[in-house]
Amino acid sequence: MSSFLYDHPGPKARTRNLILSIVFGIALAGLLWFIYDKFDSKGLWTTVQWKPFTQAQVWTDFILPGLWATLSAALTAMVLALAFGLLFSVGRLSEHRWLSAPAGVIIEFCRAVPLLLMIFFLFYGVPFLIQQPFPAFWAVVLGLTLYNGSVLAEAFRAGVRAVPRGQSEAAQAVGLRKGQVMQYILLPQAARSMLPVIVSQLVVLLKDTALGYIIAYPELLQQGVTVLAANYGNLVAAAIVIAVIYILINSSLTSFAGWLERRTQRRGLRPARAGTTRLETIEPQG
Amino acid sequence: MEVFNDPENQELFLTGFSWILRLTGASAVLALILGVMLAAMRVSPIPVLRWFGSAWVNVFRNTPLTLIIFFCYFGLFATLGLSASDDLILNNFWLGVIGLSVYTAAFVCEAVRSGINTVPSGQAEAARAIGLTFAQTLRIIVLPQAGRAVIAPLGSILIALTKNATIVGTIGVAEAANAMKTLINDNGDAVITIFLVFAGTFVALLVPTGYLFSWLGNRLAVKR
Repeated sequence: MSSFLYDHPGPKARTRNLILSIVFGIALAGLLWFIYDKFDSKGLWTTVQWKPFTQAQVWTDFILPGLWATLSAALTAMVLALAFGLLFSVGRLSEHRWLSAPAGVIIEFCRAVPLLLMIFFLFYGVPFLIQQPFPAFWAVVLGLTLYNGSVLAEAFRAGVRAVPRGQSEAAQAVGLRKGQVMQYILLPQAARSMLPVIVSQLVVLLKDTALGYIIAYPELLQQGVTVLAANYGNLVAAAIVIAVIYILINSSLTSFAGWLERRTQRRGLRPARAGTTRLETIEPQG
Repeated sequence: MEVFNDPENQELFLTGFSWILRLTGASAVLALILGVMLAAMRVSPIPVLRWFGSAWVNVFRNTPLTLIIFFCYFGLFATLGLSASDDLILNNFWLGVIGLSVYTAAFVCEAVRSGINTVPSGQAEAARAIGLTFAQTLRIIVLPQAGRAVIAPLGSILIALTKNATIVGTIGVAEAANAMKTLINDNGDAVITIFLVFAGTFVALLVPTGYLFSWLGNRLAVKR
């Protein structure tokens, strides 16, 4: 991909690269050995630590319920965030100032406030207002919805603005109303060209469900490193297993997003230089 | 607003945000250095380094930050005995900085790499033609141009980092989110005021930063 940065290696460069590969390879192996040794000296490679993960009970009692709690929170928040994003992007694009101004303020506010602050407010603050406890599930889901929904709203808006002007002009010329132009012409094209960004933002959302750990929502991280590790006394091993599960799920979603991106680019659905003016608004953020 | 007339509460609020700024500042510097190094590794002609760079990005970009911070405390410190400072609070602070930096470096690396892709291949080809080595091409020709292209994305990474700094509260640094939690629990009659003050401070810090970086990005972009 970036091979234009260096010449095709000749015999001399190949020897040099080989030597450097070996040197860095040894340095890297040394680093890995250091970590292994450090873990070993604390007895982290013993079977006591890792045996629990071969028992079906550990998976059915702790990890799978945690995974289910993570996925159900993420799926609910995804649906709500997409709805929120769609609604507020259309609101912000509206020609009526009484609609676009508040939508813009809400989007900017939700994007700038840390997710954890929002979740703390919902979980610790709202109970004082409604005089009953606020469920941890909904604190996580609503927090994720407000934050990711407002990022998605900006992505949709950037997508709508990247649709060539001729499209909406042609739609108006055949007599479609403003709402119809948005519904039939602009949004479908924007959603398609922004699909990779949307999927990447959903990865961010899935990752952020781990914040539920802080307010004791029994999701994957909570189940793994608190409940499971308390039962078997294998905190580091549990953390590593949980991390591997997260990495597997998220990297498959990330490569799905990459595949979508290549596909949309190949089919010319996304204008090659779309959004170069404000690249940061259409990048996934987390 | 009478909650914030109490000097004790003001103190809580101010220390909260000063921790956020300190965490952000220290992690931003470390993450920038680490991220540019990782990006250089990922485009280098040496396979081992390319492999290391992409492994780093894949691991840290796909792990929740909460888990990384948690691991820094319970794994690095409590289990492996890696302590950054004798002072308990400073120790937690530096452990948090380590977690934030390794996580953010993965994002910086990807931003810089996509910046490198915006530099026309003719630039690097011309550099090679006059005999510059890979390191020279990268340092003198490609990175300065790429850097100007990635100012706006780096700005949004910095903003995300500031917000992520609240997560370090999990390992006992009294940052803004923790301060807000304490205040809410003590003043159940003023929760909305407290939330709006804390959220408003973040908005006042981050929205101008966002505009500043996109203005800078436009201004410094290489006009092609």
